[in-house]
Amino acid sequence: MATGIKDKVAILGMGCSKFGERWDASPEDLMVEAYTEALKDAGISPEQIDAAWYSTHMDDVGTGRGGTPMAIALRLPNIGVTRVENFCAGGTEAVRAAVYAVAAGACDIALALGVEKLKDTGYGGLPVATVGTYIPQWYPNAVAPANFAQLASAYRAKHGVAPELLKRAIAHVSVKSHANGAKNPKAHFRQAVTEEQVLKAPIIAEPLGLYDCAGVSDGAAAVIVTRPDIARSLGKRGLVTFKALQVVVSNGWEMHSNEWDGSYVHTARIAAKRAYSEAGISKPRQEISLTEVHDCFSITELVTMEDLQLSDEGGAVRDVLDGVFDAEGRIPCQIDGGLKCFGHPIGASGIRMLYELYLQLQGRAGARQLPDPRIGLTHNLGGQPSQNVCTVSIVGLE
Amino acid sequence: MNVGIVGYGAYIPRLRLSRKAVVEANAWFAPQPSRSKGTRSMTNWDEDSITMAVAAARDCLGAMDRTTVRAVLLASATLPFAERLNAGVVAGALDLDESVAALDLTGSQTAALSGFAQAAALAAVGSGPVLLTAADARRTRAASSSELDYGDGAAAFLLGKDRPIAEILAQASITVDFVDRFRLAGQDIDYHWEERWVRDEGISKIMPRAVAQALAQSGVEAARVDRFIFPSTFAKVDAVLAKKCGIAPEAVVANLADTIGDTGVAHGLLLLAQVLETASPGQVIVLAQFGSGAQVLVLRVTERIKSFKPRLGVARWLDRGVIENSYTRFLVYKDQLQVERGMRGEQDKKTALTTAYRHHRAILGLVAGRCSVTGQVHYPPSRYSYTQGAPALDTQEPYPLAERQGTVLSWSAEFLSFHLSPPHQYGQIDFDGGGRILMDFTDVAQGDIATGTRVEMVFRIKDTDEVRGFKRYFWKATPVPGQPAPERT
Repeated sequence: MATGIKDKVAILGMGCSKFGERWDASPEDLMVEAYTEALKDAGISPEQIDAAWYSTHMDDVGTGRGGTPMAIALRLPNIGVTRVENFCAGGTEAVRAAVYAVAAGACDIALALGVEKLKDTGYGGLPVATVGTYIPQWYPNAVAPANFAQLASAYRAKHGVAPELLKRAIAHVSVKSHANGAKNPKAHFRQAVTEEQVLKAPIIAEPLGLYDCAGVSDGAAAVIVTRPDIARSLGKRGLVTFKALQVVVSNGWEMHSNEWDGSYVHTARIAAKRAYSEAGISKPRQEISLTEVHDCFSITELVTMEDLQLSDEGGAVRDVLDGVFDAEGRIPCQIDGGLKCFGHPIGASGIRMLYELYLQLQGRAGARQLPDPRIGLTHNLGGQPSQNVCTVSIVGLE
Repeated sequence: MNVGIVGYGAYIPRLRLSRKAVVEANAWFAPQPSRSKGTRSMTNWDEDSITMAVAAARDCLGAMDRTTVRAVLLASATLPFAERLNAGVVAGALDLDESVAALDLTGSQTAALSGFAQAAALAAVGSGPVLLTAADARRTRAASSSELDYGDGAAAFLLGKDRPIAEILAQASITVDFVDRFRLAGQDIDYHWEERWVRDEGISKIMPRAVAQALAQSGVEAARVDRFIFPSTFAKVDAVLAKKCGIAPEAVVANLADTIGDTGVAHGLLLLAQVLETASPGQVIVLAQFGSGAQVLVLRVTERIKSFKPRLGVARWLDRGVIENSYTRFLVYKDQLQVERGMRGEQDKKTALTTAYRHHRAILGLVAGRCSVTGQVHYPPSRYSYTQGAPALDTQEPYPLAERQGTVLSWSAEFLSFHLSPPHQYGQIDFDGGGRILMDFTDVAQGDIATGTRVEMVFRIKDTDEVRGFKRYFWKATPVPGQPAPERT
């Protein structure tokens, strides 16, 4: 029986670039920003890093393939650098590789860094991706907003929610995130928005309007992990350790069978269950202090609250509107502003989520610091509701 | 047993372009105020002669066992491919048995009647029925009269020896290089000679000879002809010709000019299909078409006429039209106007032909895999089944989905991707009897789709590779006609 990674690995240091339309910055610059901060925070020299994992999704507008772009940008000391790609969940996938390497004893100190340079395409929205030679011959030339918007249509039908009510609930998701992001100097979007603004914004993919969609931005985030005993030997106290790290990938059941109802994310439910079990959490609503979830679209965040068992099934609309996930609510969500305000530099987002939990748990989150958080959860989702990669990680004070 | 018609069908695209919209837009340049009446049919952006032929064939074949079809012919002056058997694409979309013969016919407005003769000959010597399809979607220049005259459409006929609903009494041809129109290979748009010459020197002199020849062969006197079909864009030329041939004026079949226009190669068969929908046993029908000479077909309706009904037929295709008032939409769809596609429209649409062939039955025929153990339906078919916890290996058998209806599970309508009929709508379809596909919707307006909407499959263009000049086809979902407009759920 696997024992999991609970408390076997600690965060030694983290860094996060400023996210945004970084016209001034190449992917190499973004990596340097995140890495340099992480290295300084860890208080180690580069020679102490044993191995590195590098998450980036887009080949053609990013840095290209392989481990060399990061090894060269950061002048890493000829260690193993492995590129990791797992849709929008690649960042957490890189963290998992580093955490597992440390937990296995293969490395003492490992680096995971995610970066994406999305604003070198010449147009707004996520770049058009290639998907092999077979899928384009039958699958719609679909875009992410419409893939995720389908959650709304199925959710409305399943739970009998009036379109206007759901629209208002998902608007609140975005209003809340903007209020949080306004306080975060590293966020891309830093202005608050009103419910009216959100409701009146142009439709991108029915029923999602402009403010229901995450921004598109450039950014990088990095984490350096090690064993808790090594961290302590390096003088670290109040360690943030991994309690759980789960990756669940669709096997086509949702997309191909007639059994999934389209109103939730199947993999997220499995990942949450496994993560709670690995972390020894039996009452997530009481035990989780805050979450950073994959709010690529407002509707995704809403159904994720149910998938993570933080709302009852069919109850997220009410909980969202009641402010349960607001900054002052019972389980604040996206206290840093989320993908909504950071945008979604694909390979970086999972590590950016972790960065906020790390700051919050250490009491270093500045103007948006929550009172006494103990356990935080990241939910990093790649693909689309019917076919995806879902990761859930749980970290907490040791 | 003689060969005759054993089935028929038709297809008319849903969009009906308002001629008023065209005339008003072009009034500054080519005033044609008298041409403002009615509509013409126009293909959606994802339709062409192949897709319309498939639609007409499905209208004709209905639920019959298609494995008996021995040959498929496609007649069109607008075949999408100059090299690649267009009728072969039709055969693939209909999931006909691979032992089927397939043939393209083109080059003249009479191609469908040439095809009829070929199909009848093939059916006479073969062991099963022969499917003849005819379709046209012609390009025209902006502000031309052809733009107003023409329409897009298709027809399909099944010819065979088994209990025909109409028997062939005679077929006659005249071949003469009378060039009323031409289009060099590689060109898009026909060049026409003067109408008066075509009418007086061509139609008036050549057609009566061919009609007389056919009637003589059939042993039917001209005065006994019940229905006379002569498609032409020239006003009243059909009536004048009938009179010249000794055919009663009331026999002349109205040519649908006011509603759909002239559908080119397909039009004769389309009108024939319409006539058969209301025909009575014993009626004699003459179908004549002009082009590089003349072709004439004489048919007698049998007492079995009432035993066949097309799936929809011309009458119901006519009813399902939607008026299109945007002339620029028409111009864009007919490639006469370039719109800004945005950078998202730049994505390479190269088709890996190796992949396409490996999966040709799944793609062209929409054939899924049904697990012989659990009955679960897989699209696309796969080696392992999706059975949770117990994937079975190599248990799937071919399971066609194209003729099955389904229900929308989830959907969206988005304005982000490049699409020629925005918003781009797609969603998950659950098929009756199992199977799920996330697929495009077509022939829909905003608000037509909701969770629970009933849909059926149509064969359409999926993508066009403009760099290499290739089209790939796939199936799309469209609402089953006649259901109430969806409530927003």
